[in-house]
Amino acid sequence: MEIFFQQVVSGLATGGIYGSVALALVMIYQATDVVNYAQGEMAMFSTYIAWTLINAGVPYWWAFFGTLVISFVGGVLLERVIIRPVESAPILTIVIVCIGLLVILNSVAGWIYSYIQKPFPSPFPPKPIMLGTVVFGAHDLGAIGVTLVVLALLYAFFRFTTLGLAMRAAAQNPVSSRLCGIRVGWMLAIGWGLAAMVGAVAGMMVAPIVFLDPNMMAGILIYAFASATLGGFTSPGGAVVGGLIVGVIENLVGTYVHFIGTELKLTVALALILIVLVFKPSGLFGRATIHRV
Amino acid sequence: MLRRTILSALLAALALAPAVTMAADTPGVTATEIKIGNTNPYSGPASAYGTIGKALGAYFKKVNEEGGINGRKINYVTYDDAYSPPKTVEMVRKLVEQDQVALLFQTLGTPTNTAIHKYMNQQKVPHIFVATGATKWNDPKNHAWTMGWQPNYQTEGRIYANYILKNVPDAKIGILYQNDDYGKDYRKGLHDGLGEAAAKKMIVMEQTYEVTDPTIDSQIVNLKNSGANVFFNVTIPKFAVQAIKKAHDIGWKPLHLLNNVSSSLGTTLKPAGLEASKGLITALYMKEITDPQWKNDKGYLDWVAWMKKYYPEGALDDQANAYAYSVAQTLVQVLKQCGNDLSRENIMKQAASLKNLELPLLLPGIKINTSATDFAPIEQEQLARFDGERWVLFGELYDAAKR
Repeated sequence: MEIFFQQVVSGLATGGIYGSVALALVMIYQATDVVNYAQGEMAMFSTYIAWTLINAGVPYWWAFFGTLVISFVGGVLLERVIIRPVESAPILTIVIVCIGLLVILNSVAGWIYSYIQKPFPSPFPPKPIMLGTVVFGAHDLGAIGVTLVVLALLYAFFRFTTLGLAMRAAAQNPVSSRLCGIRVGWMLAIGWGLAAMVGAVAGMMVAPIVFLDPNMMAGILIYAFASATLGGFTSPGGAVVGGLIVGVIENLVGTYVHFIGTELKLTVALALILIVLVFKPSGLFGRATIHRV
Repeated sequence: MLRRTILSALLAALALAPAVTMAADTPGVTATEIKIGNTNPYSGPASAYGTIGKALGAYFKKVNEEGGINGRKINYVTYDDAYSPPKTVEMVRKLVEQDQVALLFQTLGTPTNTAIHKYMNQQKVPHIFVATGATKWNDPKNHAWTMGWQPNYQTEGRIYANYILKNVPDAKIGILYQNDDYGKDYRKGLHDGLGEAAAKKMIVMEQTYEVTDPTIDSQIVNLKNSGANVFFNVTIPKFAVQAIKKAHDIGWKPLHLLNNVSSSLGTTLKPAGLEASKGLITALYMKEITDPQWKNDKGYLDWVAWMKKYYPEGALDDQANAYAYSVAQTLVQVLKQCGNDLSRENIMKQAASLKNLELPLLLPGIKINTSATDFAPIEQEQLARFDGERWVLFGELYDAAKR
């Protein structure tokens, strides 16, 4: 039984990682109606910025918030320079532009920072917390906490602020929004900025666990997609819960279902995406979206 | 008189002829140039290794500036295969059929080289010193055109088995390995080294991971829970740092045997934390360049001078750059031995005739030997224990060729 609990705890920890990246994916989908495949690499790049600041002697929390500001500006710039020209192009064009961005960011990070992995500091104490014989990493708990705080802030932002409401409107119905006087173009840019910020938080929480290197997000992004699909691409809370579920399922299946074992863990995540899309395309917590055609 | 002049000129030409035709016969070889092909992952998941391909080019630049080999400059052609076997096949066919290289050198990766293994041997083009430690490259009988370089993974696995049998009689071994040829080779080496009975008795758990996995926390938890007191860690640096840190964090303190693949201070131990890395044991064949014990070593200093002059953008804490330097030196030795006969047959023959070659960055005492029946250049390794600061070598040099 001890191993069961330890695996659940360890699954929640990795699930927290998936959830935080999934949250960034959902964020940009809500704000701009596109799925950003470069989200993981943007988060990785932001984390390198934080690493640079910390190495230059900036205290952790200053570096943390400094990175958020830089990421926001960077996200807005990306939208203005790269996405804006293809804004009204077919969805496939945007997808390909995002994939191009993914490859470029990955290579540029490797070029600037090399591919040697780097340790990234955690703001939480290194001492693990023991509950009976089950070990909780303080950072794992802290990271889940930070993700929940981000989630709460996003919820409040989209629900209670004029800007948040305007952004949702701009994403869902650009034409009507424009008629109401919302500057749709800028709303999309701000959406990219915010998503870059959420990604930066995810990156800085993930890096102490998986270590910082340009390919840090490659594996995580697939699980993040599974989490976002499971929770529903329209539901930020769903994305986080989806992440935790994926993390725990993955560990338990890997430990107890022997023909799957550790070899087919990724397959479980992919199968999950498929099953959800077939039986409940909007995810566990998402709203079904209806488009008039 | 005129006739005599013509005759002697003809004779002289005839005397020269063999060398000239020989050179002209081999694709990629002229009187002034040897063309060498290579593939490396400059992009994609294994792009960390891309530095090897660049460092090789930097070494050949040095060779060329110093006059080349027997008057011939090296023309090094390297393509990106992104560590993707289909792409490797495409690039290697281009190298062999269009670029007409004389030989293929240091193509990187186990799956990638597997994809071109048969092709190279059908084409009878030297495919030498491949950048992978799989055991299958040492097969002169069936694959006479392919040769490895570094000690193979099975040999290393046997070294650890040997150590366990001698020092830990009550061993309960937990293994974590990458689920591919690389991981399975290490696993087989350990199994073979222990012998069937001991392996059955001692190995309490085996866990695998995929390169795509974000973390291996779950596997470490299972291994700790199995009660293992020996941990055989067969992971690439990305996962080795996680394993070392996680084991430390959850208070699991087994005898930790770390595969050579991840033994670098710069890429693995420093990121994982020197305190957490204390007590690790690995098998080494090269001087670890970030290890302070070599900082006044001539081989190391020469390497640094070369890096600064020819590859200033390369990282001085990346062991891969020292690896590339050493393997390039081995090729230069082979080409020197070839003299003026650069036929593909002779290149293979000379690659298989290295005798007691010592390189500045190999551990003292390690000698490269090959023969027509031995296509494994480096077969010696020595165990080392990490004391929190450096690898401390202990025991004697293990020589796989003598067993």
